[in-house]
Amino acid sequence: MTAKTAADSVRPAAEPADEAIRVVDLHKSFGNLEVLKGVSLTASKGDVVTLIGGSGSGKSTCLRCINFLENPTSGRIVIGGEEIAIRADGTPASRKQIERIRSRLGMVFQAFNLWTHRTLLENVTEVPIHVLGVPKDEAHDRAMALLERVGLAGKADTYPSFLSGGQQQRAAIARALAIDPSVMLFDEPTSALDPELVGEVLSVIRDLAAEGRTMLLVTHEMKFAREVSNHVIYLSEGRIEEEGPPEQVFGTPQSDRLKQFLKSVA
Amino acid sequence: MEQVIELLSLSPPGWGGNLLRGLVHSLEIALGAFGFGLLIGLGGAYGKLYGGPVLRDLLAVYTTVVRAVPELVLILILYYVGTDLINKASEAMGYGRVEISGVAAGIWVLGIVQGAYATEILRGAIKAIPIGQLEAARAFGMPPLKMLRRVTIPAMMSFAIPGLANLWLIATKDTALLAVVGFNELTLETRQAAASTRAYFTFFLAAGALYLMVTLLSGRIFARIEKWARKGQPSHRRAKA
Repeated sequence: MTAKTAADSVRPAAEPADEAIRVVDLHKSFGNLEVLKGVSLTASKGDVVTLIGGSGSGKSTCLRCINFLENPTSGRIVIGGEEIAIRADGTPASRKQIERIRSRLGMVFQAFNLWTHRTLLENVTEVPIHVLGVPKDEAHDRAMALLERVGLAGKADTYPSFLSGGQQQRAAIARALAIDPSVMLFDEPTSALDPELVGEVLSVIRDLAAEGRTMLLVTHEMKFAREVSNHVIYLSEGRIEEEGPPEQVFGTPQSDRLKQFLKSVA
Repeated sequence: MEQVIELLSLSPPGWGGNLLRGLVHSLEIALGAFGFGLLIGLGGAYGKLYGGPVLRDLLAVYTTVVRAVPELVLILILYYVGTDLINKASEAMGYGRVEISGVAAGIWVLGIVQGAYATEILRGAIKAIPIGQLEAARAFGMPPLKMLRRVTIPAMMSFAIPGLANLWLIATKDTALLAVVGFNELTLETRQAAASTRAYFTFFLAAGALYLMVTLLSGRIFARIEKWARKGQPSHRRAKA
């Protein structure tokens, strides 16, 4: 359970074998706008690392750079001990490698992004069958078990457009779990939901944290972050302003910006 | 009336058989050209959306020129230039002149015309897919060709079908233009029948009826395809003003 800036390292480094994700000095610019100005973090197996910060702080971009939905401008990304090879222009050097690594990272999006032309069951079996080559029967049984787990077994044959946001997001979590991911990436999973639907999604994520899933979570739900994370990183203007265990970050914030931020979202 | 039935009967001295043969040829070419045009269109749409600057420029020239020049002129150019080039190449390789089948030439010529329109229809349809659905496929490590087959094509279908249905109907009618290069499709067969019997009105009315039947049947088929392609999407009827 380690996450540190390059310069300041008080906490012990993770054992390499336990390391799930390591991001080193990540920079990302969109044109002239530098969104990430050197972010480093590490998550060990079983960690729940949460990124918080205001709008435009770079937290979503940071998450999206990890599976190269955005190409970093510079920096290193190491997943499960394997460093992603990057070309000079920031694109992944090997399509095979990035596809293999992506197929082990379970991403959950703010806007759910379920495939609307497929039923919930088909959404959940799609990647196992067509990317990972899992036999159909096996993928089907596993998908049904996962839908059951997120409380949607009865909706297996329904198309996403006919479901509530909360149901869609729970299905999206089942889709991500179906690949048995080494790390789950949550990109503001409750930000697009009506307030009364947030709880059902958070409770699914809470269960995953409790069973020891490694997760990287970008969220605006501060109470939730405090409850499930074992490490919290506060990003401000593309830099890590402050980080530490949740009690420390939320309980005794040091920097003025973090104090200000926590006051504004309270 | 009796005379009309005699003229249209399927066996000689009636000309009905000729008309139906012409219709079959027309449909063969239309189907081939539509399919060939779809392939070009898919490649063209991908090239325009994801290709480099040179490819994008080339495609822009292709779609602009083909859509600017009247189809009849294009058919004459492509038919004569195309057959000429093939023969020159064949002679250069020492094979002598080759006989080019009318169906193949027709499919090639109309396919290139259809491809230009299909490029734009499919480009628009791909752009109409919510970006997150493509992003999700990428995020789960789906390789590009699989993504095309499993996500992009099925997701864009409902946006593309109305445009493609138009394109298909245009294809069936554009086959009539091939009469100018002596291809015996429905219109040419009709003209021959009419000229031989002087029953212009009868035969052109019959040909019109055949074209209409093709259109009506096509409408049915496309309605089915559209219904299938829109599975999973709420009906727009409920949202009418």
